[in-house]
Amino acid sequence: MSTYLLCFILFCVGLYCILRKRNIVKIIIGLGIIEYSVNMFLVLIGYRMQGRAPILAKDQAINNMVDPLTQAMVLTTIVIGLALMVLVVSIAIRIYEKYGTFDITKIRRLRG
Amino acid sequence: MEIHLILLFMIFAGIVAVEVKDLISSLIALSAAGLALSLGFLVLKAPSLAITQLVVEILCVIILIRATINKDLPMVKDGRWFFNTVATVLFIGCFLVFSYFALKELPAFGQPLMRVSGEYLAGGFTQTGVANLVSAITLNFRSYDALAEAAIIFASIIGVLAITRRIGKTNEQ
Repeated sequence: MSTYLLCFILFCVGLYCILRKRNIVKIIIGLGIIEYSVNMFLVLIGYRMQGRAPILAKDQAINNMVDPLTQAMVLTTIVIGLALMVLVVSIAIRIYEKYGTFDITKIRRLRG
Repeated sequence: MEIHLILLFMIFAGIVAVEVKDLISSLIALSAAGLALSLGFLVLKAPSLAITQLVVEILCVIILIRATINKDLPMVKDGRWFFNTVATVLFIGCFLVFSYFALKELPAFGQPLMRVSGEYLAGGFTQTGVANLVSAITLNFRSYDALAEAAIIFASIIGVLAITRRIGKTNEQ
Protein backbone atom coordinates (compact mmCIF):
# COMPACT_ATOMS: atom_id res chain seq x y z
CA MET A 1 0.00 0.00 0.00
CA SER A 2 2.73 2.48 0.92
CA THR A 3 4.65 1.45 -2.18
CA TYR A 4 1.64 2.22 -4.36
CA LEU A 5 1.23 5.59 -2.66
CA LEU A 6 4.89 6.49 -3.29
CA CYS A 7 4.33 5.61 -6.93
CA PHE A 8 1.29 7.91 -7.04
CA ILE A 9 3.28 10.72 -5.43
CA LEU A 10 5.82 10.35 -8.24
CA PHE A 11 2.90 10.58 -10.69
CA CYS A 12 1.75 13.76 -8.96
CA VAL A 13 5.23 15.32 -9.30
CA GLY A 14 5.00 14.80 -13.05
CA LEU A 15 1.43 16.10 -13.13
CA TYR A 16 2.47 19.25 -11.24
CA CYS A 17 5.27 19.75 -13.78
CA ILE A 18 2.89 19.45 -16.72
CA LEU A 19 0.19 21.68 -15.28
CA ARG A 20 2.33 24.39 -13.74
CA LYS A 21 5.43 24.90 -15.85
CA ARG A 22 5.46 27.03 -18.99
CA ASN A 23 8.58 25.78 -20.70
CA ILE A 24 7.86 23.09 -23.28
CA VAL A 25 10.97 21.11 -22.32
CA LYS A 26 9.79 21.07 -18.71
CA ILE A 27 6.43 19.74 -19.88
CA ILE A 28 8.20 16.97 -21.79
CA ILE A 29 10.19 16.15 -18.63
CA GLY A 30 6.90 15.92 -16.73
CA LEU A 31 5.60 13.49 -19.34
CA GLY A 32 8.71 11.39 -18.83
CA ILE A 33 8.24 11.32 -15.05
CA ILE A 34 4.59 10.25 -15.46
CA GLU A 35 5.66 7.49 -17.83
CA TYR A 36 8.23 6.21 -15.30
CA SER A 37 5.68 6.15 -12.51
CA VAL A 38 3.07 4.29 -14.56
CA ASN A 39 5.61 1.68 -15.68
CA MET A 40 6.77 1.22 -12.11
CA PHE A 41 3.16 0.90 -10.90
CA LEU A 42 2.33 -1.82 -13.42
CA VAL A 43 5.42 -3.83 -12.49
CA LEU A 44 4.65 -3.35 -8.78
CA ILE A 45 1.17 -4.82 -9.29
CA GLY A 46 2.67 -7.96 -10.79
CA TYR A 47 5.30 -8.45 -8.09
CA ARG A 48 5.08 -11.47 -5.81
CA MET A 49 6.76 -11.65 -2.44
CA GLN A 50 9.94 -13.74 -2.51
CA GLY A 51 9.28 -14.43 -6.17
CA ARG A 52 11.89 -14.88 -8.80
CA ALA A 53 12.29 -13.68 -12.37
CA PRO A 54 10.09 -15.43 -14.96
CA ILE A 55 12.94 -17.26 -16.63
CA LEU A 56 12.89 -21.04 -16.49
CA ALA A 57 15.83 -22.96 -15.11
CA LYS A 58 16.49 -26.66 -14.90
CA ASP A 59 15.96 -27.43 -11.24
CA GLN A 60 13.63 -24.75 -9.90
CA ALA A 61 9.95 -24.91 -9.03
CA ILE A 62 7.65 -23.03 -11.38
CA ASN A 63 5.04 -21.83 -8.92
CA ASN A 64 6.94 -18.96 -7.34
CA MET A 65 7.47 -16.59 -10.24
CA VAL A 66 6.41 -12.98 -10.53
CA ASP A 67 3.67 -12.11 -13.01
CA PRO A 68 5.17 -12.19 -16.55
CA LEU A 69 2.09 -10.65 -18.21
CA THR A 70 2.50 -7.16 -16.75
CA GLN A 71 6.19 -7.28 -17.60
CA ALA A 72 5.39 -8.07 -21.23
CA MET A 73 2.91 -5.19 -21.33
CA VAL A 74 5.40 -2.78 -19.76
CA LEU A 75 8.02 -3.86 -22.30
CA THR A 76 5.63 -2.62 -25.00
CA THR A 77 4.92 0.55 -23.05
CA ILE A 78 8.59 1.51 -22.67
CA VAL A 79 9.23 1.34 -26.41
CA ILE A 80 6.04 3.27 -27.18
CA GLY A 81 7.18 5.86 -24.64
CA LEU A 82 10.38 6.32 -26.64
CA ALA A 83 8.34 6.84 -29.83
CA LEU A 84 6.14 9.37 -28.04
CA MET A 85 9.17 11.23 -26.70
CA VAL A 86 10.74 11.48 -30.16
CA LEU A 87 7.51 12.86 -31.64
CA VAL A 88 7.01 15.43 -28.88
CA VAL A 89 10.64 16.58 -29.05
CA SER A 90 10.41 17.04 -32.82
CA ILE A 91 7.27 19.16 -32.34
CA ALA A 92 9.13 21.22 -29.73
CA ILE A 93 12.11 21.78 -32.06
CA ARG A 94 9.74 22.87 -34.83
CA ILE A 95 7.97 25.30 -32.47
CA TYR A 96 11.35 26.76 -31.49
CA GLU A 97 12.25 27.24 -35.14
CA LYS A 98 8.97 28.99 -35.87
CA TYR A 99 8.53 31.15 -32.76
CA GLY A 100 12.03 31.40 -31.28
CA THR A 101 10.91 30.45 -27.78
CA PHE A 102 9.93 27.51 -25.62
CA ASP A 103 7.47 29.57 -23.54
CA ILE A 104 3.92 28.39 -24.17
CA THR A 105 2.39 31.76 -23.30
CA LYS A 106 4.33 33.38 -26.17
CA ILE A 107 3.13 30.88 -28.75
CA ARG A 108 -0.05 32.67 -29.70
CA ARG A 109 0.22 33.83 -33.26
CA LEU A 110 -2.16 32.10 -35.64
CA ARG A 111 -0.22 31.40 -38.79
CA GLY A 112 -1.15 29.01 -41.51
CA MET B 1 12.35 -2.25 1.46
CA GLU B 2 14.84 -1.54 -1.34
CA ILE B 3 11.94 -0.57 -3.55
CA HIS B 4 10.91 2.13 -1.07
CA LEU B 5 14.39 3.61 -1.19
CA ILE B 6 14.41 3.55 -4.99
CA LEU B 7 10.97 5.16 -5.17
CA LEU B 8 12.02 7.88 -2.72
CA PHE B 9 15.12 8.54 -4.81
CA MET B 10 12.97 8.75 -7.93
CA ILE B 11 10.62 11.24 -6.24
CA PHE B 12 13.60 13.34 -5.14
CA ALA B 13 15.14 13.27 -8.63
CA GLY B 14 11.74 14.16 -10.11
CA ILE B 15 11.34 17.16 -7.82
CA VAL B 16 14.86 18.32 -8.70
CA ALA B 17 14.09 17.88 -12.41
CA VAL B 18 10.91 19.92 -12.04
CA GLU B 19 12.26 22.74 -9.92
CA VAL B 20 15.81 23.39 -11.13
CA LYS B 21 16.20 26.40 -13.43
CA ASP B 22 18.79 25.06 -15.86
CA LEU B 23 17.37 22.81 -18.58
CA ILE B 24 20.45 20.60 -18.95
CA SER B 25 20.56 19.97 -15.17
CA SER B 26 16.89 19.14 -15.33
CA LEU B 27 17.54 16.57 -18.05
CA ILE B 28 20.34 15.00 -16.02
CA ALA B 29 18.02 14.70 -13.02
CA LEU B 30 15.38 13.07 -15.26
CA SER B 31 17.91 10.55 -16.49
CA ALA B 32 18.90 9.81 -12.88
CA ALA B 33 15.25 8.99 -12.22
CA GLY B 34 15.19 6.75 -15.29
CA LEU B 35 18.30 4.84 -14.23
CA ALA B 36 16.79 4.41 -10.76
CA LEU B 37 13.71 2.99 -12.51
CA SER B 38 15.97 0.51 -14.25
CA LEU B 39 17.41 -0.51 -10.87
CA GLY B 40 13.90 -0.81 -9.52
CA PHE B 41 12.97 -3.20 -12.32
CA LEU B 42 15.96 -5.33 -11.32
CA VAL B 43 14.80 -5.34 -7.70
CA LEU B 44 11.29 -6.29 -8.81
CA LYS B 45 12.66 -9.33 -10.70
CA ALA B 46 12.20 -8.00 -14.21
CA PRO B 47 15.65 -8.17 -15.86
CA SER B 48 14.46 -7.85 -19.47
CA LEU B 49 12.59 -4.66 -18.57
CA ALA B 50 15.69 -3.30 -16.86
CA ILE B 51 17.81 -3.77 -19.99
CA THR B 52 15.19 -2.15 -22.22
CA GLN B 53 14.70 0.76 -19.83
CA LEU B 54 18.46 1.39 -19.72
CA VAL B 55 18.75 1.61 -23.52
CA VAL B 56 15.58 3.68 -23.93
CA GLU B 57 16.62 6.06 -21.16
CA ILE B 58 19.98 6.80 -22.77
CA LEU B 59 18.31 7.37 -26.15
CA CYS B 60 15.77 9.71 -24.52
CA VAL B 61 18.49 11.77 -22.88
CA ILE B 62 20.40 12.10 -26.15
CA ILE B 63 17.27 13.22 -28.01
CA LEU B 64 16.26 15.71 -25.30
CA ILE B 65 19.75 17.20 -25.11
CA ARG B 66 19.64 17.62 -28.89
CA ALA B 67 16.40 19.53 -28.44
CA THR B 68 17.61 21.84 -25.70
CA ILE B 69 21.29 22.47 -26.37
CA ASN B 70 22.11 26.20 -26.73
CA LYS B 71 18.46 27.05 -26.27
CA ASP B 72 18.28 27.97 -22.64
CA LEU B 73 16.04 30.90 -21.90
CA PRO B 74 15.07 32.90 -18.82
CA MET B 75 11.77 31.98 -17.24
CA VAL B 76 8.99 34.56 -17.36
CA LYS B 77 7.72 35.85 -14.06
CA ASP B 78 4.51 37.68 -14.98
CA GLY B 79 1.14 36.07 -15.53
CA ARG B 80 -1.53 34.31 -13.52
CA TRP B 81 0.73 32.27 -11.27
CA PHE B 82 -1.62 32.30 -8.27
CA PHE B 83 -4.61 30.89 -10.13
CA ASN B 84 -2.34 28.42 -11.90
CA THR B 85 -0.83 27.09 -8.68
CA VAL B 86 -4.16 26.86 -6.82
CA ALA B 87 -5.83 25.00 -9.69
CA THR B 88 -2.90 22.60 -9.99
CA VAL B 89 -2.80 21.82 -6.26
CA LEU B 90 -6.58 21.33 -6.14
CA PHE B 91 -6.46 18.96 -9.08
CA ILE B 92 -3.60 16.95 -7.60
CA GLY B 93 -5.40 16.76 -4.25
CA CYS B 94 -8.56 15.42 -5.90
CA PHE B 95 -6.44 12.92 -7.81
CA LEU B 96 -4.70 11.69 -4.66
CA VAL B 97 -7.99 11.30 -2.75
CA PHE B 98 -9.60 9.30 -5.53
CA SER B 99 -6.48 7.19 -6.02
CA TYR B 100 -6.44 6.42 -2.28
CA PHE B 101 -9.95 5.01 -2.51
CA ALA B 102 -9.10 3.14 -5.70
CA LEU B 103 -5.96 1.60 -4.18
CA LYS B 104 -8.06 -0.11 -1.51
CA GLU B 105 -9.67 -2.23 -4.22
CA LEU B 106 -6.38 -3.43 -5.67
CA PRO B 107 -4.75 -6.68 -4.54
CA ALA B 108 -2.19 -6.15 -1.79
CA PHE B 109 1.44 -5.63 -2.68
CA GLY B 110 3.12 -9.00 -3.10
CA GLN B 111 0.01 -11.06 -3.85
CA PRO B 112 -0.85 -10.53 -7.52
CA LEU B 113 -3.84 -11.90 -9.36
CA MET B 114 -2.42 -14.69 -11.48
CA ARG B 115 -5.59 -15.75 -13.27
CA VAL B 116 -4.33 -15.44 -16.84
CA SER B 117 -0.61 -15.49 -16.29
CA GLY B 118 -0.85 -18.63 -14.16
CA GLU B 119 -1.74 -20.51 -17.31
CA TYR B 120 1.12 -18.84 -19.15
CA LEU B 121 3.47 -19.91 -16.37
CA ALA B 122 2.14 -23.45 -16.36
CA GLY B 123 2.10 -24.10 -20.10
CA GLY B 124 4.42 -21.47 -21.50
CA PHE B 125 7.50 -23.58 -21.92
CA THR B 126 5.74 -26.63 -23.37
CA GLN B 127 3.75 -24.55 -25.85
CA THR B 128 6.47 -22.18 -27.03
CA GLY B 129 9.80 -23.71 -26.08
CA VAL B 130 11.14 -20.37 -24.81
CA ALA B 131 12.77 -20.28 -21.39
CA ASN B 132 12.20 -16.55 -20.89
CA LEU B 133 8.46 -16.28 -20.33
CA VAL B 134 8.33 -12.54 -21.01
CA SER B 135 9.66 -13.18 -24.51
CA ALA B 136 7.19 -16.04 -24.88
CA ILE B 137 4.26 -13.79 -24.02
CA THR B 138 5.47 -10.85 -26.12
CA LEU B 139 6.27 -12.83 -29.22
CA ASN B 140 3.89 -15.78 -29.08
CA PHE B 141 0.82 -15.44 -26.85
CA ARG B 142 0.33 -11.72 -27.42
CA SER B 143 2.21 -11.16 -30.64
CA TYR B 144 -0.46 -8.77 -31.94
CA ASP B 145 0.72 -6.38 -29.26
CA ALA B 146 4.23 -6.49 -30.68
CA LEU B 147 2.78 -5.93 -34.16
CA ALA B 148 0.82 -2.89 -32.99
CA GLU B 149 3.92 -1.62 -31.22
CA ALA B 150 5.86 -1.77 -34.48
CA ALA B 151 2.98 0.02 -36.21
CA ILE B 152 3.06 2.78 -33.58
CA ILE B 153 6.82 3.18 -33.98
CA PHE B 154 6.44 3.52 -37.75
CA ALA B 155 3.64 6.05 -37.28
CA SER B 156 5.89 8.02 -34.95
CA ILE B 157 8.75 7.98 -37.47
CA ILE B 158 6.41 9.18 -40.22
CA GLY B 159 5.18 11.92 -37.90
CA VAL B 160 8.73 13.07 -37.12
CA LEU B 161 9.61 13.14 -40.82
CA ALA B 162 6.44 15.08 -41.63
CA ILE B 163 7.02 17.61 -38.86
CA THR B 164 10.69 18.30 -39.45
CA ARG B 165 10.80 18.28 -43.26
CA ARG B 166 12.08 21.30 -45.17
CA ILE B 167 10.16 20.89 -48.41
CA GLY B 168 7.04 23.00 -48.75
CA LYS B 169 8.32 25.96 -46.78
CA THR B 170 9.52 28.00 -49.75
CA ASN B 171 6.71 30.55 -49.56
CA GLU B 172 7.78 31.86 -46.17
CA GLN B 173 9.89 34.94 -46.04
